[in-house]
Amino acid sequence: MSDRYDPRHLVTIPVDEAVPGFSLVATDGTKYEFDPASPSADATVVVFVSNACPYSRAWHDRINRVALDYESKDVRMVQINPNDASLFPVDSIDGMRERVEAGEFVTPYLKDETQQVAHKWGARVTPHVFIVDRGGKLRYSGNPDADHDDLSQNAAWMRTALDELLAGRELSRTTSELHGCTVKWLP
Amino acid sequence: MNGSTTEIELLAWEGCPSHPKAMQLIRHTLRQIGMDHVEVKLRFIGTDEQAVAERFVGSPTFRVNGTDLIPPGGSEPYGLTCRLYRRRDGRFSPTPDPDDLRDGAIKALLGEEVPAGRIAPARPAGS
Repeated sequence: MSDRYDPRHLVTIPVDEAVPGFSLVATDGTKYEFDPASPSADATVVVFVSNACPYSRAWHDRINRVALDYESKDVRMVQINPNDASLFPVDSIDGMRERVEAGEFVTPYLKDETQQVAHKWGARVTPHVFIVDRGGKLRYSGNPDADHDDLSQNAAWMRTALDELLAGRELSRTTSELHGCTVKWLP
Repeated sequence: MNGSTTEIELLAWEGCPSHPKAMQLIRHTLRQIGMDHVEVKLRFIGTDEQAVAERFVGSPTFRVNGTDLIPPGGSEPYGLTCRLYRRRDGRFSPTPDPDDLRDGAIKALLGEEVPAGRIAPARPAGS
């Protein structure tokens, strides 16, 4: 497979390592900044997603539900679309805005036009979930749960990781096998 | 059966993990409609150029004699990607709704239209 679809040099941030910050623009033009050195929440969830990816779309409602359920527990979530929109126009900022305006997102939906954020974080697929603690360290990296096709899974891996993190416990699962669409990298 | 069709082509891209499930799904469909003697050939699409040449809108795609069992919408671009299907209950999925696949297979292999809203009767395997 070519590097455009599966770059061999891509390295996902290891769990317990510090994550890099980012500044990206949301669909409404608002700039969103994440500074892991001074986080604004007990946990920050960053999810790389795609409009064109069936796995992303299948998990979408479950991811949104996590954002709503944990908002009052001082958890913040953003969703980032890193895909090269020249390949799949639904992943353009216009395609993203269409879904936001249709009320499909309960979190900021950010475009990673240069793909630098996806590259620095090592996002391999959509959806790829990263959970970061208040100290700016990565605590979970993986899929939302074990099966995109089973609604009853209810993003269990995300929820368990957040529950354990917020309770100050060791995480029982810090990574998962990644099932999804590859990120569509710029040539 | 349409002509001498004895083959379904399953087009896939190795970057998408859905083709094993797609293979299970089409084999199950063929058993369901009593056409399990039909061969399913898995063929991988590997480059952007090949995707365009093959009018490949994503993995998995099922074809009989070059005709898609579930025709894509006209605006779907050709490329190496996972194909976005919509189930009958509205959910998005990397594989088609089993009933849509069954209807498409019946039409392509048996030349029968399945009216919208009607579920085709399942045929026991080997009948």
